[in-house]
Amino acid sequence: MNGSRKIRVLIGKPGLDGHDRGAKVVAFALKDAGMEVIYTGLHQTVESIVNQALQEDVDVIGLSIMSGAHIPITRKLMDLLRREGLTDRLVLIGGVIPNKDIESLKAMGVDGVFPGGTYFDQIVEFIRANAFKKRLG
Amino acid sequence: MGVATYIKDEKDAVKEVILQSGIKIKPVYTPKDLEEVGFKYEEDLGDPGEFPFTRAIHPLGYRSRVWTVRQYTGFGTPLETNNRFKLMISHGQTGLNVAFDLPTQMGYDSDHPMAEGEVGRVGMAVDSLEDFQIAFEGIRLDKIGTGLTINAIASVMLAMYQAVAEHYGYKKTEISATPQNDILKEMIGRGAWIYPVEPSVRLIGDTIEYSVKELPKCNPVSVCGYHIRESGCTPAQEIAYAFLIAFAYIEEVKRRGYEPEEFVGRFTFNLNIYGNLWENVAKFRAARKLWARLLRERYKVKDKRALFLRGIFGGGGSGMTKQQPENNIIRGAYYALTAALSGAQTTALCSFDEAYTIPTPRAALLSLRTFQILMEEIGLRDTVDPLGGSYFIETLTKQMEEKILEEMEKVEKIGGMVEAVKSGYVQKEVARQAYEYERKLQKGEIVKVGVNKYTEGVDMEVELHPYDEKWAEEQIKRLHALKKRRDNKEVSRCLKELKKATEEGKNVMPYLVDACKAYATVGEMADVFREVFGEHKEPSIF
Repeated sequence: MNGSRKIRVLIGKPGLDGHDRGAKVVAFALKDAGMEVIYTGLHQTVESIVNQALQEDVDVIGLSIMSGAHIPITRKLMDLLRREGLTDRLVLIGGVIPNKDIESLKAMGVDGVFPGGTYFDQIVEFIRANAFKKRLG
Repeated sequence: MGVATYIKDEKDAVKEVILQSGIKIKPVYTPKDLEEVGFKYEEDLGDPGEFPFTRAIHPLGYRSRVWTVRQYTGFGTPLETNNRFKLMISHGQTGLNVAFDLPTQMGYDSDHPMAEGEVGRVGMAVDSLEDFQIAFEGIRLDKIGTGLTINAIASVMLAMYQAVAEHYGYKKTEISATPQNDILKEMIGRGAWIYPVEPSVRLIGDTIEYSVKELPKCNPVSVCGYHIRESGCTPAQEIAYAFLIAFAYIEEVKRRGYEPEEFVGRFTFNLNIYGNLWENVAKFRAARKLWARLLRERYKVKDKRALFLRGIFGGGGSGMTKQQPENNIIRGAYYALTAALSGAQTTALCSFDEAYTIPTPRAALLSLRTFQILMEEIGLRDTVDPLGGSYFIETLTKQMEEKILEEMEKVEKIGGMVEAVKSGYVQKEVARQAYEYERKLQKGEIVKVGVNKYTEGVDMEVELHPYDEKWAEEQIKRLHALKKRRDNKEVSRCLKELKKATEEGKNVMPYLVDACKAYATVGEMADVFREVFGEHKEPSIF
């Protein structure tokens, strides 16, 4: 695992909410930044997202959550990642995330929280700086 | 969102203005511009109320009838929704627009595992006719028109609306419902789809056919350019895609042996307003004209009233910002002005707190007052199509018409809207535009006040619409009690009949009405379709 291969990112949309503009726009930005992006599509369960992360051997898992249910969904994600031994993957949460919840998400083990309106450069730089580092340990 | 690109020189003078649809605006317009675009009054405008209805569908516009205001309402439990309906009606609202929670929109009962945490969150939870009985108690269903914001299972909700009306003693011939019922736009932009493309379109065909026969005052489809625009397309694409979606539904019903003339007058449109004022006004004027012309040319529709582009023009969630939310009050007022200058018959406004939450009562009332001030204080009722004849607006309307036709042609070349949605062409086009816009915004090429310019100052506190976990508990408790109390044999019989009709390709509506009246649940009815049709898979666009 070295810098010469592309960083692999899974973007997931958990739950029933269908607002995927943010998820798709970020997917385009990461692709333009030279990453490989896999998008799960809508209406996913956390289980199916973790499954895809495992099968696609991604370095980064990013969830887009607009429904207000980011706390329980993230808790479930982190539990499943631990169970599947995927704790070396970079976990990012985006969407409608109130400021007061950012710390709670980080306390659960989320690496980066990027609410709507975050500039692409910030997300790209964060992933570049941390994805391989976390995976190599 | 939706603002034009401005190219300036070093002295801050505007050198070039490029609208989102790709049209450049000139600094000055004269009669020569009208000559250049080949403008002819009779052909391009006609008097208000006359073909091609560019100026208005009614000869006297708002003088004869002020617009209908239909703010989006629906919260938590059916009882809360009923209270809010009554409140908005007492404040002068003249139509209802029902919001459903996500489990209901997706055909899950409130006790389904996928519904966890979502019951009553973004609208009212509906599991059975019992919920509709509570929600519409004391509402004059023969007097008020109701929009039902539901798509994948709009057939179920339309049947449920008939069932509740009959329960309260109204005749099905006197009720007026407008289910949104536009599944193709869900697949492009809003995401609340369940079944694959073709069976989904068939269900829409069933509701249209049934309305033609049984529900004379219902408008079975509201074609939504609105959400596609929210997802990132340009104003010209919004109209082009909406028309192509409407054509797909027309073809579905035509295939069953009906003439478009018989049913197309029931179609309504839901179109968006935010961004550049002129581009929007030109868009609506061009859309009215093109719709009438295309129906006449392609489908030989002759009845004048069937050629009207009717609908709700309102806005505009994507225009509203999370930053400096009080600015959204001002934006909303200008969007409402745009609606009035565009001749909207029905309107609604996203509230200033829209970027945070579903509207609080205070915010919803403020939107209603915005419309009332425009009509009753500012003079928007005085004369019809006040911008008609402007060198600029008429030139732009002609140019917009060309752009819409160009965008339509691109999709028709690949086989029309059903094919374009199946292949992911439109989804990709829309997401690309959204990405381009976001990049321009982040680079400062597009200005959004309070977001990437003039950002100093303190944001006001937005009161959030509370979400109460108790709603779900209450709802589930009532659902379980109902399942025990109802005649379960009758429910099974109705569901079996429904399944058989679905498999045999019969119109499912009468079977849904029977099932609703037997208190079958939304999830039970939606599952019948899941078993027969399967589920939609999104085409990959990356």
